[in-house]
Amino acid sequence: MSLLLFGILAVIALITAALMVTARNLVHAVLMMVANFGTVAIMYITLSAPFVAVVQVAVYAGAIMVLFLFVVMLLGEQQLSFDEPFAGQRMAAGVLGLLLAIMLLVTLFTASPAVLQTGLTAEQIGRENAQRVGELLYTQYLLPFEATSILLLIAMVGAVVLAKRRLL
Amino acid sequence: MITFPSDLNLGPIAPALVVVVTGILVMLADLFLFRAEDRHNTVWVALGGLIVAFLVTLGLWGQVSGGPITAIGGLAILDRFALFLDLILILVTAIVMLLSAEYLVEQNIEHAEFYTLILFSVSGMMLMGASADLMTLWVSFETFSIALYVLAAYARPKVESEEAGLKYFFLGAFSAGFFLYGIAMTYGATGTTRLMGIAQFIQANAATISANNMLYVGLGLILVGLGFKVALVPFHQWTPDVYEGAPTAVTAFMATATKAAGFAALLRVLFLAFPQLSGAWSTILALLAVLTMIGGNVIALSQRNIKRMLAYSSIAHAGYILIAIVAGGAQAVSAAMFYILAYALMTLGAFAVVIALNRGGAEVVNFEDYAGLIQRRPGLTHALAVFMFALTGFPPLAGFVGKWYIFDLAVRNGWAWLAVVGTLASVISAGYYLYIVVLMYMRPAPDNAPDLGGAQGTAGLAVALTLIGTVLLGIFASPIFNLAQSALLAAR
Repeated sequence: MSLLLFGILAVIALITAALMVTARNLVHAVLMMVANFGTVAIMYITLSAPFVAVVQVAVYAGAIMVLFLFVVMLLGEQQLSFDEPFAGQRMAAGVLGLLLAIMLLVTLFTASPAVLQTGLTAEQIGRENAQRVGELLYTQYLLPFEATSILLLIAMVGAVVLAKRRLL
Repeated sequence: MITFPSDLNLGPIAPALVVVVTGILVMLADLFLFRAEDRHNTVWVALGGLIVAFLVTLGLWGQVSGGPITAIGGLAILDRFALFLDLILILVTAIVMLLSAEYLVEQNIEHAEFYTLILFSVSGMMLMGASADLMTLWVSFETFSIALYVLAAYARPKVESEEAGLKYFFLGAFSAGFFLYGIAMTYGATGTTRLMGIAQFIQANAATISANNMLYVGLGLILVGLGFKVALVPFHQWTPDVYEGAPTAVTAFMATATKAAGFAALLRVLFLAFPQLSGAWSTILALLAVLTMIGGNVIALSQRNIKRMLAYSSIAHAGYILIAIVAGGAQAVSAAMFYILAYALMTLGAFAVVIALNRGGAEVVNFEDYAGLIQRRPGLTHALAVFMFALTGFPPLAGFVGKWYIFDLAVRNGWAWLAVVGTLASVISAGYYLYIVVLMYMRPAPDNAPDLGGAQGTAGLAVALTLIGTVLLGIFASPIFNLAQSALLAAR
């Protein structure tokens, strides 16, 4: 059952990824990207990592997608030409992509035993792992978690200072 | 059931908290307390908060006489090293505030948010010095960096300032990526983010550690991330453009406070988490030190803009500080911290003079403007000359004693060749530091020399303070050095 589900999701993910790269219409590319993100999020759920799945939807399908849509909105919907801005660009991308694929495959089959499993233990992984992540944030990583509030405050003040000078 | 850390007490990071609260108070005071025309008074709120932070730091100093205290479940550490860094940062920030007060009005960019951002940034740096965990280190690293990106672009819509902000943001984000990837690798290899936990892991697995490639990659990436922040060659390319484009008061802050915080983080990580791997990192850092000293000083020779020249000078000085880390030993931390203090005073002084020479919003940064300065502004000329001599390393000024401690340490710990390179680099540096002095005293002023106006208030005060500091630190070096000596790291 889960293998069948994985098979379906993998095919959808691959097709949407390929369509995203080859789409000539910017809006279509963004739509394909969202579909891809969503598919990957479902994969995380099948791997019993619901927290990562929700983060994937919130950050990638949410925040990053909005960023892309802003660009589309500002630049206008346009047909992309197939001219290469840099000579040999497509060739280089293909070679690098192939190299990455080979590297990932090699790593997959010779995974280093030095990688330790830490953080969540096996029994913590399950339906309640979002709760466990929350507990870690409030106990083992309390100080950085609190310091993040200052970080966000700085980002807010900074955005106003740079973008809305006349309000000051 | 959640069990919170038993030592849930924010006391150990009190100086950083005071600074954060001051930053918020400055914003509120700007909003409710002062009318628009009295807005410049917010700087006094900020300075008042810094005095409170200073007193709090002194109060904590006595508490840690018995050794370091880990706090908040081992996330932060309170020791004299952190407190000494806090003292340096408070001093630097107070002087930067004095520098900024009139400068901002002249540049027409005065807003209370400037002081708020500086204070938030400093709180991040203080937290960084008090970090005992890679996650605390990371969040505080980002806290001070993001505030600095905004500050670099603070003179918007001035194009140079925008360029500086954008460049610093992109390269800073890039280097933060390296740093975070390094943390992830280290966590993957050791299973912990606690600095002392990493050291324990290395100790416990001493036999197999040299095969643990992931740990070495993690260490290397962390070094790259921090190397960007303290501007080591070859991670320095952003420095001259950002220093030149940012408002001069911000440049002064970046050149001193960021460097102090960056080196504090470097010392923490290397001496607390990776002391057993010193064989690996000291060789790499020795190479970087040579590149940084030679590269910074040689390129500085060809500069014709004092902000760019001071940028390359700051790169070169990072190389000297690196020698102390490479040499190691019981005195490495105190030699590095002493040098950071001396460097901060000299560099702040030089920037203070540049700001005090400001006229009507236009900055005096080209070397030609300094020709014959002695006839126009004798007081500031003498001050700048003292700072240039101190930066070169002439006795009896602060720069000389700082270099003496570091080179002495290097010779005693078997890194004599590094001390020789450092000395040669200092000789090269005389070429550009003294060139300014020659220009000021011996060249006639050009006929169309701009009128530089009268003496400045707070900027003049900053020049006087740094001048006194530079001279006193050189003459009465040993009490301060002993103070720095007591600011040793927990692991030593």
